[in-house]
Amino acid sequence: METFLGLEFNVWWFLVFGAVITGYAVLDGFDLGAGALHLFLKKETSRRIALNAIGPVWDGNEVWLVIGGGALFAGFPVAYAAIFSAFYVPFMIFMIGLIWRAVAIEFRSKEPGTTWRLVWDFIYSFACIVIALSLGLMLGNVALGLPLNEQHEFAGNWLSFFNPFSVMVAVTTLALFMLHGAIYLAMKTENRLYTKLSLLAKSFTVFFIVSFGITTLYTLLYIPHLSDKIRSNPEYFFLPLLMFLAIANIPRQLNKGKWRYAFISSSVTIATLLAMVALEVFPNLLLATNNVHNSITIANGASSVKTMKTLLLIAAIGTPLVGVYTFFVFWTFKGKVKLDETSY
Amino acid sequence: MDTEILARIQFAFTISFHYIYPPLSIGLGFILVIMEGLYLKTGNKLYETMTRFWIKIFALIFGIGVATGIIMEFEFGTNWATYSKYVGDIFGSALAAEGIFAFALESGFLGILLFGWNRVGPKVHFFSTIMVFLGSLFSAVWIVVANSWQQTPAGFHIVGEGLNARAEITDFWAMVFNPSSMDRLLHVWIGAILAGAFLVISVNAYYILKKKYLAIAVPAFKIALVVATVFSLAQLFAGSRSADGVAKNQPAKLATMEGHYDSSAAADMYLMGWVNNKTQTTTGIKIPGGLSFLIYNNFKTPVKGLNAFKTTDRPTQVNTVFQMYHLMIAIGVSLILLTLYACWQWKKGKLFDKRWLMIVLAWSVLLPQIGNQAGWFTAEMGRQPWVVYGLLRTSDALSKSVAANQVIFSLILFTLVYTTLFVLFIYLLNKKIKHGPVDDTVKELIEEGSKRDNPLLTH
Repeated sequence: METFLGLEFNVWWFLVFGAVITGYAVLDGFDLGAGALHLFLKKETSRRIALNAIGPVWDGNEVWLVIGGGALFAGFPVAYAAIFSAFYVPFMIFMIGLIWRAVAIEFRSKEPGTTWRLVWDFIYSFACIVIALSLGLMLGNVALGLPLNEQHEFAGNWLSFFNPFSVMVAVTTLALFMLHGAIYLAMKTENRLYTKLSLLAKSFTVFFIVSFGITTLYTLLYIPHLSDKIRSNPEYFFLPLLMFLAIANIPRQLNKGKWRYAFISSSVTIATLLAMVALEVFPNLLLATNNVHNSITIANGASSVKTMKTLLLIAAIGTPLVGVYTFFVFWTFKGKVKLDETSY
Repeated sequence: MDTEILARIQFAFTISFHYIYPPLSIGLGFILVIMEGLYLKTGNKLYETMTRFWIKIFALIFGIGVATGIIMEFEFGTNWATYSKYVGDIFGSALAAEGIFAFALESGFLGILLFGWNRVGPKVHFFSTIMVFLGSLFSAVWIVVANSWQQTPAGFHIVGEGLNARAEITDFWAMVFNPSSMDRLLHVWIGAILAGAFLVISVNAYYILKKKYLAIAVPAFKIALVVATVFSLAQLFAGSRSADGVAKNQPAKLATMEGHYDSSAAADMYLMGWVNNKTQTTTGIKIPGGLSFLIYNNFKTPVKGLNAFKTTDRPTQVNTVFQMYHLMIAIGVSLILLTLYACWQWKKGKLFDKRWLMIVLAWSVLLPQIGNQAGWFTAEMGRQPWVVYGLLRTSDALSKSVAANQVIFSLILFTLVYTTLFVLFIYLLNKKIKHGPVDDTVKELIEEGSKRDNPLLTH
């Protein structure tokens, strides 16, 4: 296969896809986390501030999922076809969750009534929790691999998705998003709400460390194929090390009131976690657990070289553009949330 | 019911519901650019209030459009896995381009459009409005290109055989500018602008009837009427180009649209009618040889009919396609007549005196919506039994690992969720319209101000 800067095109696209998914997890991760912890905020004004903290940006963040879906469809159509048809039931639940999240944010503020708002608060928070859990569940199963037939189609039962490992990954994902969301909200708030959120962030740090610790222990004991690369290549140890340091840094920065560094730390945690999964899975996109020859790899699952080149060109033109206006929007709304007549 | 028909129902249902909203966003986006442009040009506060009011309605529409849109991108994978593998090389690139060029632009600047009034200057805000509109226009580009490729595939070759066959791009630009894409894009864009324009016409006609907010309703009505008139006429041109394209590239679809069976006979053009697919007859009010004339400028020239195709290679739902197509045409013509008549009355200075006209216009919002849906049903059902015309059959395109009961599960879920959404949407839209384009900045600022004065109360 042709190469570019020493890497084959499908490897490049694997990296691009990984970057987009990481971008989605970091960006929409804080929206989902903020939503998942929404009910911990008790007062109407606090809830409004929390909603308006993500208000101008959550929609743009969700676009990363759309780009990721397009990137997988275009670059690795075989994996796209297998993954979404296999995860039919959890994916539909995930989608319905996304729909309710979007409309809850939009609808909640349209009526002043307390019951109306309370109902939407519940729907909103519940939707975000469901989204985070189903994302984690699917990630866990992709990491584990699925039974696939010779046409690379799913050949198992969807109830098997609820295996211990994937459930643990789901809970860990929720914990990490809640932590990430609490830090983001702390960044956007002041006074007592800030104090409350930094305390919440600390509890979520504990929640995350415990659930991540259990998942890791389970992985090391029972799922060798998800730790063998790091074990056999000590130079990769920088990834878990970096993640550990990033996590340890969060409570420290929160105590100092440096929420921006805390946010960077939780973003790094998400990125390193996904990088470790990608590293262990590579070069498979989806391991066939029944017969390793049926696995979907970045070679047999890829589009033509011509498409890869076109896609890389699209990414090369599009990414800087997206970067510029994403930065512009975040910069426009930088600083603490102030409610005004346009707020939710 | 088998998985195929369930999956088709689900796709049709989710896409039709979704398609209520994006055309409104495109059309309303266009009108918002005009309104805010007028505000910037004249400095008249009235246009600002008008813009702010319609931005709130835009937010509601856009929100549901996004929420129901994401599922569309993934439904290819969930329900049509074989299709996804077959076209991924081509269709996927268009979707990826759509995400990165269109959605990111649209959603990024939406934040500033909705919440940026007090954060950026008027010019930057206007710029954001333009960007959101452009983003919505671009989003139509890529998906219409991808769909047009399914109608008239170009710039590809087939690799592999049987279960492993798939289309690969050989020429990206030939794929993008496939024979039908530009005509159909124009047709879709204009349909979208009409959807938005008639929403604005309709709401303001309602205000005029109720004699409320006239200072804002009258100019807003006139802006939308001008847009609607221009684009209704433009649609005549774009629509006939699209029909010419179908005649040239998809003869089976054309024959289905007019219920034409006999290849040795001249083809009629129906104003309305009924097709009996069993007896292969079409009855109704027609211009004899009209279709032949449209294609060949001769009333006598024979046109390829449905009989020229094997029964397995042509649509079975001939009457439905026929009705959808004629419904669309009827609506297109009514929109032209309605807007021209309204303009004529406007010129005579009697526009707002005709109560019946205002009542009709208040309901006119439904027409482009029905027209858009009918047009898409014609295009998609007329392409059957193919999902990619001449290459891949819809029945072969399914996800083999998804069982019928899973599709029933999701279909029930979507029906419940979308029904609830629609009821809430109408309720909130109605409430916003009743609330009217009033300047509520002052009141809300006081409310917020009093809370902010006492920080202890806020947390």
